Amino acid sequence: MTHALQRPPAPPLAADALERLRAATAPLSQDQLLWASGYLAGLAAGGAAPATVAPVGDARPRLTILYGSQTGNGRKIAAALEAAAAARGIGADLISMADYSTARLKKEQALAIVVSTHGEGDPPDDALELHRFLSGKRLPVLASLRYAVLALGDSSYENFCQTGRDFDARLEAAGARRLAPLVECDLEFDAPSATWSSAVLDEAVELLGREEPAAGPLLRVVPPAPRASKSAPFEAEVLLNQRITGRGSSKDVRHLELSLEGSGLHWQAGDSLGVLIRNPDRVVEPLLEALGIDGSVPAEAGAGDRSLRELLIHDREVTALNRPFLEAWAGVEPSGKLGTLLESLRGAGLGRWMHERHVVDVVREFPAEFEATRFIEMLRPLPPRLYSIASAPELSEEEIHLTVALLSYEAFGRAHWGAGSSWLALDRAEGDLVGVYVEPNERFRLPADGEAPVIMVGPGTGVAPFRAFLQARAARGAGGRNWLLFGDRHFATDFLYQAEWLRYRKQGLLTRLDVAFSRDQAEKCYVQHRMLEASRELYEWLQEGAHLYVCGDAAHMAPDVDRALRDIIATEGGLGEDAVEDYLAELRRHGRYQRDVY
Amino acid sequence: MSNSPSKLAEVEGIKLASRQLRGTIAAGLRDEATGALAESDTQLTKFHGIYQQDDRDLRHERQQQRLEPAYSFMIRVRVPGGVCSAAQWLAMDALAIEHANGTLRLTTRQAFQFHGVIKRRLQPTIAAINGSLMDTIAACGDVNRNVMASPNPEASGLHRDAWQAAADISDRLTPRTRAYHEIWLDGAKLPPAEPELVDEPLYGASYLPRKFKIGIAVPPWNDVDVFSQDLGFIAISDQGQLAGFNVVVGGGMGASHGEPETYPRLGDVIGFCSPAEAVDVAWHVVAIQRDFGDRSNRKHARFKYTIADRGLAWFTEELAARRGAPLAPARPFRFLGNGDRYGWTRGVDDRWHLTLHVPSGRLADTPERQLLSGLREIATLHGGEFRLTPNQNVIVAGVAEDGKATIEAIARRHGLMHDQLPSALRREALSCVALPTCALAMAEAERYLPELAGKLESRLDTLGLRDEPITLRITGCPNGCARPYLAEIGLVGKGPGRYNLFLGGGFAGERLNRMVAENVDESTILAMLEPLLAAYAEARREGEHFGDFLLRSGRLEAAPGGLGS
Repeated sequence: MTHALQRPPAPPLAADALERLRAATAPLSQDQLLWASGYLAGLAAGGAAPATVAPVGDARPRLTILYGSQTGNGRKIAAALEAAAAARGIGADLISMADYSTARLKKEQALAIVVSTHGEGDPPDDALELHRFLSGKRLPVLASLRYAVLALGDSSYENFCQTGRDFDARLEAAGARRLAPLVECDLEFDAPSATWSSAVLDEAVELLGREEPAAGPLLRVVPPAPRASKSAPFEAEVLLNQRITGRGSSKDVRHLELSLEGSGLHWQAGDSLGVLIRNPDRVVEPLLEALGIDGSVPAEAGAGDRSLRELLIHDREVTALNRPFLEAWAGVEPSGKLGTLLESLRGAGLGRWMHERHVVDVVREFPAEFEATRFIEMLRPLPPRLYSIASAPELSEEEIHLTVALLSYEAFGRAHWGAGSSWLALDRAEGDLVGVYVEPNERFRLPADGEAPVIMVGPGTGVAPFRAFLQARAARGAGGRNWLLFGDRHFATDFLYQAEWLRYRKQGLLTRLDVAFSRDQAEKCYVQHRMLEASRELYEWLQEGAHLYVCGDAAHMAPDVDRALRDIIATEGGLGEDAVEDYLAELRRHGRYQRDVY
Repeated sequence: MSNSPSKLAEVEGIKLASRQLRGTIAAGLRDEATGALAESDTQLTKFHGIYQQDDRDLRHERQQQRLEPAYSFMIRVRVPGGVCSAAQWLAMDALAIEHANGTLRLTTRQAFQFHGVIKRRLQPTIAAINGSLMDTIAACGDVNRNVMASPNPEASGLHRDAWQAAADISDRLTPRTRAYHEIWLDGAKLPPAEPELVDEPLYGASYLPRKFKIGIAVPPWNDVDVFSQDLGFIAISDQGQLAGFNVVVGGGMGASHGEPETYPRLGDVIGFCSPAEAVDVAWHVVAIQRDFGDRSNRKHARFKYTIADRGLAWFTEELAARRGAPLAPARPFRFLGNGDRYGWTRGVDDRWHLTLHVPSGRLADTPERQLLSGLREIATLHGGEFRLTPNQNVIVAGVAEDGKATIEAIARRHGLMHDQLPSALRREALSCVALPTCALAMAEAERYLPELAGKLESRLDTLGLRDEPITLRITGCPNGCARPYLAEIGLVGKGPGRYNLFLGGGFAGERLNRMVAENVDESTILAMLEPLLAAYAEARREGEHFGDFLLRSGRLEAAPGGLGS
């Protein structure tokens, strides 16, 4: 089964206009081209008169755009806002929250914040310090500050957009006034973020005025437009779909190799690959059965004529629950039981309840009557799935590797499947196509210094990017020491890529390899136990400049590892709680404590 | 040392550098990232009775899964003369279930074998074995192996003496290194920075050039295959008492395909010694092999080649020089066969002894028969001993008259005894383990024997040969651990589903067989055997054995080195 092929879109310019555009852009350098793309984007967002970018050092008040994001999305939106501001003649500074000094806050006049919420309502690592500052006693009165917050999040978590809400509320409490109301975005953020950006800039233009054109603009680099994107993915052919858990394992994990030949896609170790999945039959058919509607009925609002089944397969998230869906469903569910349940479950309780179920379980437990079109509207759009890339371009740019764990379990008497993981693992064989794009992750990068020691904590499929890290290190001839900590259930069957790690260890590329297999003995043991056992050495590595990376489960593993890290720093460094906090903040500031957790 | 300055085999260097067989085994046991030990350590662990193996059925699959091979270890327990107590049997049974793959393997050298023991269970298993007063040291490696002795207590009062001699020789020839105790028995302590090095008066710094096998036979039964041993002792009785032993030297199975300078050899009888002299004779013979065996080419390192190259005369002189006296002249003896006698036999001690047939020595519980559980039950109430036989079977020895019925009932209930005996061919058959665990196997042996025996049985039935004992032995490779070169029908693995076919061995293990077909498959083997078996059924003399018949009837020429037909 191939992914629906996309016709290349016809350019909306007439031939002569296209020719003029080509002529105008032909002499531009790469940097100039990049600037021009952001400029055009800003024009599209509503800027009328041409303008130049404000030179740095202008005394006029500027818009500070802060972003905090675990993935690259916040940065992308913030960068687009900066370019649009430039198009409107507004001087703007684009700064990552991780690099932002809280002392600046009281001098700010206009602040645009783009921040995501992570897991069960936590700020991303980059935003931790600023978030703490805003919640703390040292927050000054900010009467002269105008601000606006764009919150990114995932409504399948109960504390949806919590961090964004926190920032919005705290700034208001400190006396600042809004440029624009808080906008909360679910996984589909393109439209709402564009609306918010416009609203912010409309107000900011009035506040900060236009700039005079000046000579010799300082060019700022806008991130290069990728050749493939979420809306125009590259159709990558599956070269290999190999199960890498041993016979008898309780898990099925796949090593996938996809061909990127001809894609022009670039990535670095640490980036993720966005995969446009389709919902497989094993997920869609039980849902249709539970709904009791014929899947072939048309269900598309507006001009489309796609059937319910088609929309469920290609267009809508049909497994993970989210609050908006539950509220909509409770609205049509005659018994009223779901509504009552939602009211009684608050906070973490609802989050847990949602995580234990798929859409189909709610449909079965709370039967209701409605039309197909209405049902489609209740569901949110099918988001791409992101996977940490498991190979380095230094090894080959023509192919890209992923490590995908099949999610499959029994609940409520029925088999349940992960939509993306089961589609990739079970429905994509050699020769099949998968629509992909690169999702860069600037916050998960090998140290630039090849001699810097690297510690990688990657249990389960969290080990994937570390495969890329080590490949990259080897290819670059980096001499720095490398330490990998891996964990899973059973040594005999679940030691992902074991043969490769052993080979690297033998070659000396991997200086140290520690493993923890939780179910091989009576007492559970995990990577954090291995960390604690090696407490002194781990601290020494940190003191010697090591970069520490954590990848994998956000709910339990990451907090456990973080706790172990704090214990180690406290014990070996003889530091109190605050000093440990500072130590970690320092690490984060220098990009030496980076996490890719999900 | 008498080695020429030619380059030593690699293993010699490993032994010398090992600090008396320690290597980096202790550290390797603690390495949790791999189920294997370091390459050189796997040579040293043999001396500790351990073989590193991997499941060959899974090799290719695991490679594709980017997982290391499915490593596990085989542990071989020394059982001098094959005799153990009921308590020891129960200990072995418990370990098989707790740490191994749930089966016990009885070997062709009267030892126990565990398979499928993963690395982190090695130390607890070996500690437990030693806790039951048995050990694994020197069960493998370039040392004297498990000393065999005829286990048949019913034949004569000599059995007890033979067993004692086996135990004495075993003790005397055991390596003295403290490494075994340090690594396996000392608790979880880290190895000492400075290892305790002791005197190894027999083995020295490099142990032997190769394995060394000793067996003691009590005529008329040659079940230990005394002519296949590096050093054999044949018990000679004088009016029911042990007068002494004939000494046999230079036997050995083992060859390599396509290398004619490697071959199986029958031992030569070179003289006689008194019972008290046997241990010293063993010491000196081993010492001569230590000094003169070839250390540059492991395929040419067995004692049989040392004798063949230098000559028997040279050897008897060297032995006489070291002993201070030549051996006395050899005395007459007679062997009737090298198989076991199944069922109840009454011993000279008026106790009863039950020999149970265990196909390929593998004790396991399956839906059809529960051999392992059956023996466990017997062991629980049996007050006597167990004897492992050289034919991979077990004897419940020393049962009182009034205990027989209970034991037999248990045996029958678990499929250890049947109303209808299997064919004599099946009862006599031996096989090595081969696949999936043995790294050297080229073809199936243990897993294939039942099938082959079944196909031969249908032909034997038709010919009326069902109860005619014919020795059939299958090995997965030419190393010959199941002594195939002495069989009347021998299959030696060459490739998957393919064997070299050997015919014409002596029924009492006194004559080597001969290769009659190379690299043939089952259908060819059956096609060749059918007419020969038919002729045998038709034309054999009273009491004539199949191997002898083939020679007498001219269908097979005598193999060199035979002891006459």
